[in-house]
Order: sequence, then C-alpha cells, then structure tokens
Amino acid sequence: MAANPQLNANGELQHLLSIEGLPRDILLQILDTAEPFAGVTEREVKKVPLMRGKSVFNLFFEASTRTRTTFEIAAKRLSADVINLNVAVSSQSKGESLLDTVANLSAMQADVFVVRHASSGAPYLIARHVKPHEHVINAGDGRHAHPTQGLLDLYTIRHYKKDFGRLTVAVVGDVLHSRVARSLIHGLTTLGVPEVRVIGPQTLMPAGVEALGVRVFHDMRAGLKDCDVVVMLRLQNERMNGPLLPSAQEFFKNYGLTAEKLALAKADAIVMHPGPMNRGVEIDSPVADGPHSVILPQVTFGIAVRMAVMSIVAGN
Amino acid sequence: MKLLIKGGRVVDPASGRDEVGDVFVSEGRVVGSFKDKPEKTIDAKGLVVAPGLIDLSARLREPGYEYKATLESEMDAAVAGGVTSLACPPDTEPPLDEPGLVDMLRRRAKALSRARVYPVGALTVKLAGERLTEMSELAEAGCVAFSQANVPITDTQVLWRAMQYAATFGFPVWLRAEDRWLARDGVAHDGEVATRLGLPGIPPFAESIAIASALLLVRATGTRTHFCRLSTAAAVEMIRAAKKEGLPVSCDVGIHHVHLSELDLGYNDSQCRLEPPLRSQRDRDALAAGLADGTIDCAVSDHTPVDEDQKQMPFAEAEPGATGLELLLPLVLKWGAARKLSLAKTLARVTSDAARVLGVTSGRIEAGAPADLVLFDPQQSWRVEPAALRSQGKNTPFLGYELAGRVRTTIVAGNVVYEYR
Repeated sequence: MAANPQLNANGELQHLLSIEGLPRDILLQILDTAEPFAGVTEREVKKVPLMRGKSVFNLFFEASTRTRTTFEIAAKRLSADVINLNVAVSSQSKGESLLDTVANLSAMQADVFVVRHASSGAPYLIARHVKPHEHVINAGDGRHAHPTQGLLDLYTIRHYKKDFGRLTVAVVGDVLHSRVARSLIHGLTTLGVPEVRVIGPQTLMPAGVEALGVRVFHDMRAGLKDCDVVVMLRLQNERMNGPLLPSAQEFFKNYGLTAEKLALAKADAIVMHPGPMNRGVEIDSPVADGPHSVILPQVTFGIAVRMAVMSIVAGN
Repeated sequence: MKLLIKGGRVVDPASGRDEVGDVFVSEGRVVGSFKDKPEKTIDAKGLVVAPGLIDLSARLREPGYEYKATLESEMDAAVAGGVTSLACPPDTEPPLDEPGLVDMLRRRAKALSRARVYPVGALTVKLAGERLTEMSELAEAGCVAFSQANVPITDTQVLWRAMQYAATFGFPVWLRAEDRWLARDGVAHDGEVATRLGLPGIPPFAESIAIASALLLVRATGTRTHFCRLSTAAAVEMIRAAKKEGLPVSCDVGIHHVHLSELDLGYNDSQCRLEPPLRSQRDRDALAAGLADGTIDCAVSDHTPVDEDQKQMPFAEAEPGATGLELLLPLVLKWGAARKLSLAKTLARVTSDAARVLGVTSGRIEAGAPADLVLFDPQQSWRVEPAALRSQGKNTPFLGYELAGRVRTTIVAGNVVYEYR
C-alpha cells in the first residue's frame, strides 16, 4: 500500500480526503483551530485575512447547495477568492475527463480544490494528479467519506459533551449508503469514544461493518439505551421503497426518532442530523425542534470547521 | 526445418520429466532424435525448456476495440510471455456470434504466425442471453467452446436449453458463474474493504448461487462444462464436490486472484478493478490451494488490455481488467514457489492441464507433439513497468513489482517466434 496520500513529507495535512488514516493529533488540531473561528462567525465583521490572495475552487461533480454554500462562506470568511464550478452540468456533460477538468482548473492557479463527486475515491484520484502546492478537500465522495461533515459532528459532540472518553454514540439509519456515517465512525474511534453503535435494518448495514469498530443493533430501542449522542442519518427518497425497505412509514415506525424512543437515551442526550432532514421519515418534528436537538448549531459549527480545514491545508 | 535445443533443463509436466537434455524438432513437431545436422541450434544451457503456455482466457480486443489493443500488439505480448496457444472469449464488438467473424479472426491470427488462437464462440446471439447461436457453424469456423464471457444468462430456461443444445453436439460450455442480480451495480468484494472505501459490493454468493444452478443443469444435461475464473472459497468447494460426484466439470482461476485480495485495493487503486472482484484473503488462499491440489485445473491470465484513460478514473467508473499475457509465467512460478511445488507440477496448470481442457495435443514435450515450446530463465527477474510490456495494455496491479521468470525464446510449430533482445 502506498504512503498516506493525505499527509505531506512532514506528516502534516496536505489534503483532507478521509478521516480514516488521520492521526488523532491532526483531528484535534482541526477541532482546536476551529474554536476561535466559531467566534469569528459571531463577530460583526466576520472576516479574517488568513487566506487573502488564495483561490478556492468549489468543484462539485454532484449537485449540492448546502455543503457548497458552507464551503463558500468559510472560504470568504478567510478572505480567499472563491470560484464555484457546477461541473455536473458543464464540462463533464461534454465528455471531458475528470483529470482534464482538474488540469484545466489547475492551469488557472488554484490553491484549494473542494471536491464533491458521486464516485467513491474520486478525490484520491484528483489528489494524485494536482501540483504540490495545491490541496484537495473532499466534500463528499460516493458512499466513502465526507470528512468535513464528520469533523463538524466531532466538533459538535465535543462542544456539548467535552470529553470523548466516556461517551456512547449511536448512528441510526441508512449506514450502507452513508459517507457521513463512515467519516463520523472513524473520527469517533480515533478519538477514543468507547462505544459507537450503528442502528438500522440488515438491508441498510454494509458487510462487515463491525470491523469499523462499532456494535450493530437492529432494535432501535435497545440501541438507544443510555446513549449520550444520537446521530440520525438521512434516508434518500429513492431508497424508501424497493428491495431495501418497504415504505417510509414502516421505516419511521421502526427506526424513526420519536420523543418516546429518545427517552431511552440519557436525559442530557443530544440529537444530531447532517441535513437535509426528512421529517416524519427518520426524525419526528418535535424531536428535530426539541431541546435535545443540536441540528442548527451543527450548521454554524460546520463553517468554523471548514475554515479550520482550509486554513490548515493552505498553510502546509 | 530441423531444430536442436541443446542442454536445457527439459520440464514436461505431462510426463513429469525434469532433466537436463536436448529437444529435437523436425517439421514443426517434437521428435525423438535425428541424425543429420540441425539447421539451427539453440543453446539452452541454464534455461528451462517447457511446453509453451496455454492461456484459456486472453482478450485480443479484435474485432471492435482496436483502440485498446490490436491483434498484432497482443500476439506479440503472448509470445513474449511464452504463451503459444490462447483461447479468446467472445466479448468483442460485435461478439463472436457469427462464423464469418470467427473465420476472419482465425485468418488474421494465423497470418501473424505467432501464437495459436482458439476462439470461444458466443453461446447466445450478441451475448444477450435470448437466442442460441449457430454452434455447429461456429465450431466449423474454429470455435472450441461456447461462452457468455462476463455476461451471465439470467433466463435459466435459456441457459438450460443452451447447455442441452451444446451437449447434443459434444461442445463444451464455458461459464463464468455470476448471478447478475446479486452482482448488479457492484464493483468490489462485499466485505470489510468495500465497506471502508464506500464501494458497492458483490457478495461471494453471487458466484456460488450461479455455480449451484449451473451444476444442477450439468447434472441434468451432461454438458461438459468449464467454470471460468473462480473467485471464492465456496466455489472451489463446490467444484471439488462436483468432480468427486463425477460430473464432467473443470475450472480455472485468474492468476491475479491467486496472489491478490481485496486488501490490495489500498486507496481505491483502479488497477485492482477486476471481474470477478478480488475477494478476501481466505478466498485467495482457497484458490491458491485449490489450484495446487488440482480442484482448479488451470491458471489463466484473463488478459484484458485497457487504455490508460479508462483506468484513470474513480474505482467504480474505471474499466475492469488487467493485462496479463506477459505476467502469467512469472506469476505462476511465484505461486508454485510459494507452495513449494515442483516445476513440473507448477507448469502443468498452464500447459498440459490447459491442453486437456482445450482438447488439443500441444502442452507436452514428447515425440509427435506440436513443437510449441518456451525457453525461460526461472531466476532472472525483471521489473514490471509499461516499457517492459509489449501489450498495448499497461494496466496491471503488479506495476513496479520485481518478478522472477524471464522468457528467452518462444517457439510455435518449430519456428522461433520470439527471442529476448
């Protein structure tokens, strides 16, 4: 196996492609760097000059509004120039190859590429072909990874729970197709969370998921018992009825988060969701809007975490 | 022409012969000896003299995919790899489902006078799994067996009838067993690695379920059936049981699957995107053991040249396959050495056993057999890199490896068709 493609010769973060394979120190460095940025986003002048003169290319091969917007805000708050490219509807549809697209943009002097792609591993391919001063940040690739989402989840958990060393965290729903779940699980196990659970029907569990260091529950009530953190995953519309699930209603009945089920978790449990939510499918409205929910703070922290990631890679 | 190959270590897997000696060739055949002066003498001192390799699965990409490889480039690759006979699957464009196409391919190959080419005909028209091909006509044109390549028949009625029809005329059917529904959208072994990398998986029972169905049809029809490129431990076990039962079955394994596993995918290495997928280490070990104990009859290169653009893609989008003709010999030697097998037993899987499956008289060194021979230095190692490969396909998971086993001379029908430098 080749050397870790995310780190440079000094062991510093060159690209952010996946949380898997990143040492604990780097994860903590990102979370710590994000702390003061969370303050910046609350100031009246929400800008710091750390990336002045640098160019961030948002390269989205798969449609996304939310993630692209948060990266754009994060880059602008770092004073970088941001170029948004919706590649899904431009060059790729004209038959240009992925690497040709990247080579062309590279010729326009990019410093950071933020990449989203429907195929797992695409950001690795790009990272192997960019110039040494260019950095790649994975904004979601297939089912593989969504590391900035994982990091903002970790940030949120640390914000509310302080210490990772005693927590029980449950990740609920469509783990099979979820890059968010994979990134978060790797982050939690790296930071020493003693119990990470995944909850869902067998049809939505990837093969050998236990090897990621999680306990598998098919009974949501048993799985939620005494949890400190409950992370609900989004269920894509197209998977709600077919060979994996019979209906959204039945999914909600078994795996939707209601106040009654949440009561099985610890009294001070927090509820998270990467968005966008399907109310009444994976989460009941009273829970989504209730006192345990930290879903909106997650979005705010997400900007600080993405600022931290961009400023760290651009500085290395 | 009379040819003398002098002083080499003659290894004939069919008879188990392994001794230093001379090999006499006359009129394209091996002969006991001759008195008159040879027209050509090759000094084989320090080299192994073995039957030329017989590769049961090598894509030449013609007709239809000349941008990936041409008959010329791939026949060069074959003889550079010591392969003197090869069977090519029917997944060309158009597929080998018409006698005219097969005839043209045979003529083109013959005109190049390098390795012998044995086309495997399509079992169904356009490989669509609906209508039978004209198997008798195709056999007359030169097809040695019938297959669906990598496109399984989903309609079991059609599969049953195709096997019955082939059995009527004694034609062998070659199947790469895979349940198309279970394999749908999958690109990697459905296990730990695919889960980590977020790749859609193909469960191991996609193979064993298809083998189970096919074995029941073999029992019902008596069709001589060759299972291509097993990938799982379960499949090896099933074929072992079927052979014990006395069913007319044989099977092969792609040489990559004997050495590599899902772990070699590393960080989404597209060179490891193969069909069937690389599976678990347990599966790989069972394949290597099955090849040693004879449950698996042959090792094949499953040579599939892919152009670089089609590999420089995210794993799931990359075109499957690896170049293999020039790696078959060193990789088989590596397998044999790891399992401490004799050279004769090691080479049997790519010579005499493959000849038996193919139904040809080559693959052995004895008086009267075709003089298809390879001379190689088993110790000389070489580095796998694009410039070292004659195949137009430079796509291999072994790029950068040092492999032992360098072909020095390849002889087909008594003619030297390749000499190293």
